[in-house]
Amino acid sequence: MGEQKAMTIKGNMATAMGAKLCRPNVIPAYPITPSTLFPEKMSEFVADGELDASMINVESEHSAMSACIGASATGARVCTASASQGIALMHEMLFIASGMRLPIVMAVGNRALSAPINIWCDHQDTIASRDSGWLQFYAENNQEGLDLMINAFRIAEDERVLLPAMVGIDAFVLTHTMEGVRVPAQEDVDEFLPPYKPSHGVLDPKEPATFGSFGTPDYYQEFKHAQVEAIEKSEAVIDEVFKEYKERFGREYNKVTTFQCEDADIILLTMGSMTGTAREAVRKLRAKGEKVGLAKLTVYRPFPAPELIKILSGAKGVAVVDRNISPGAYGAVYTDLAGAFANMDERPLLKNFIAGLGGREIFVESFQEIYQKTKDAVTAGEVKEPVEWINMNEDVMR
Amino acid sequence: MTKEDLELFASGHRACAGCGEGTAVRQILKAAGPNTVATICTGCLEVISTGYPETAWEIPIIHAAFENSASVAAGVEVALKELGRKEGVNVIAFGGDGGTFDIGFQALSGMLERGHDITYVCVDNEAYMNTGIQRCSSTPYGASTTTSPVGKLSIGESRPKKPIAAICAAHGIPYTATASIAYINDLKKKVKKAVETEGPAFLHVFAPCPTGWRHGSDSTIEIARLAVETGVFVLWEAEDGDICNLKITQKPKKRKPVKDYLKSQRRFAHLSDEDIEHIQKEVDEKCEKYGF
Repeated sequence: MGEQKAMTIKGNMATAMGAKLCRPNVIPAYPITPSTLFPEKMSEFVADGELDASMINVESEHSAMSACIGASATGARVCTASASQGIALMHEMLFIASGMRLPIVMAVGNRALSAPINIWCDHQDTIASRDSGWLQFYAENNQEGLDLMINAFRIAEDERVLLPAMVGIDAFVLTHTMEGVRVPAQEDVDEFLPPYKPSHGVLDPKEPATFGSFGTPDYYQEFKHAQVEAIEKSEAVIDEVFKEYKERFGREYNKVTTFQCEDADIILLTMGSMTGTAREAVRKLRAKGEKVGLAKLTVYRPFPAPELIKILSGAKGVAVVDRNISPGAYGAVYTDLAGAFANMDERPLLKNFIAGLGGREIFVESFQEIYQKTKDAVTAGEVKEPVEWINMNEDVMR
Repeated sequence: MTKEDLELFASGHRACAGCGEGTAVRQILKAAGPNTVATICTGCLEVISTGYPETAWEIPIIHAAFENSASVAAGVEVALKELGRKEGVNVIAFGGDGGTFDIGFQALSGMLERGHDITYVCVDNEAYMNTGIQRCSSTPYGASTTTSPVGKLSIGESRPKKPIAAICAAHGIPYTATASIAYINDLKKKVKKAVETEGPAFLHVFAPCPTGWRHGSDSTIEIARLAVETGVFVLWEAEDGDICNLKITQKPKKRKPVKDYLKSQRRFAHLSDEDIEHIQKEVDEKCEKYGF
């Protein structure tokens, strides 16, 4: 195995380098804060002859995803990047990419949605597209951003899956922050990810086929069912690919990664860069003798319900920290977790915390507060307030 | 058997009797030949030709959404080049007038500006026909549609037709032309020229819709011809976006009165002699600009 070069790079550079190692053929992209560095870097790689690919500098994110669809259906390996309003603009095409079973990979700089307009981090953009049929991965740090891009291509292109995938890195906290990253050698990635050679048909006059047919009520539901079967099959594929990645590159990935959960009464459930902060809070609380653990969701779609049930069932309380909100309901992860536990006799109390919207800081103390509130609910034996917002500025609310 | 004998848009599709679009697509594919990949928009064309598990297409096609035939085609064209399969293969992006003049205009402009080797074909029937005859920026002045209905206070559509071909030509693209299903040889010649041209080409193809224009299904071609003979729709071609030096490809020896054209369709049935005179004047002025 080749040496893994140590570099100190921004998150966008990490996802761009991960993508470059996967040798995409076509990269249609449109710049948007905070993911702009991705298309810039890909353009540089192409301009310098480091990557044999074509950029398509489209006029909108809608056209970016449309061109991804055209190129992928022609048999090319395709990637793009976007964020926030850009993902909202391409929303229509996300469903068409997955419905046509095209393994496109998108790097995301997770950013809040307008209004008010805001360029900072939360997960609302990708959460709003959670039902689009894409696989969703969330990185804790830049290393994960790079590694997950490589894993995403391999999983998406697996013949049992054939679905698009997005890899989220948090706006600014990761996209614009320099971190130490180990970059795998090209020849090792080439072995891990062979060229994309779909066994199904592609757009080719030698074998004419119609893509994107009109599906009447006699067929539509079966198409959707087949798509759901594919994402269910991806559960095993993800485990296989993560295992092989660890064997080849030495870094372990799981759909859910635990920290100090074995004997924990209360477990914090997090996604993305807030996890590092939560881990520090767990260390501090453990030092005081509190029986607290941490579970990090790396894969949000498919939702790893069996893994979460196994990890969380033994706890008395679970604090689900959502960096998103469904107005009039709950945070998305909380809703999904409640659904996973719906038919279980033994289940922990679930509390939902909304935190970090539009770049609001989440501190170690925030998690200590979250822990305490969850512990209080466990002590009281009931959840009086299912959803609480963390770090509200009372002065602004007045 | 020659390329012209190949039926690449098969019979048995679900177009209305007398559909101008069906004729247009069949003839365009005959001219372009089997080494063609096409993209199509959501709309009549997709509905009539791709109902799963059947297809009318003997060439590879992809339908993604309504507003993006041009950008999907851009992805196809770049991928074919990148994978070394573009040589000898035409990429044609089909759009209706709604998907071209209105909702797909941005994607079309982007594709033309970037210089993709794509022939964009707009098959124009002057309203949103698949959803039930709603007005579009392609709808001509005076036409009654379901969203520009004639009424006590309304003449029907109140705005003139958007000059889409001239706008596309203004991008400086190598080849732009207007064509009509009433002049098949002219249409095919232009298709061949368009696909043989390196870089983007735009074809604006006039294709009556019996259902939307409310005329008999046996008079589609006749009405398309009247549009040209009256000067309502002018057939021309321009190279490198030079619309000051465009070439008129079908010049009627003596223009027929627009009344003949307008009276052939019930969408114009409400127009008074005064209204028709007004339209005649506008057509006269336009034809004068074109030099006939």
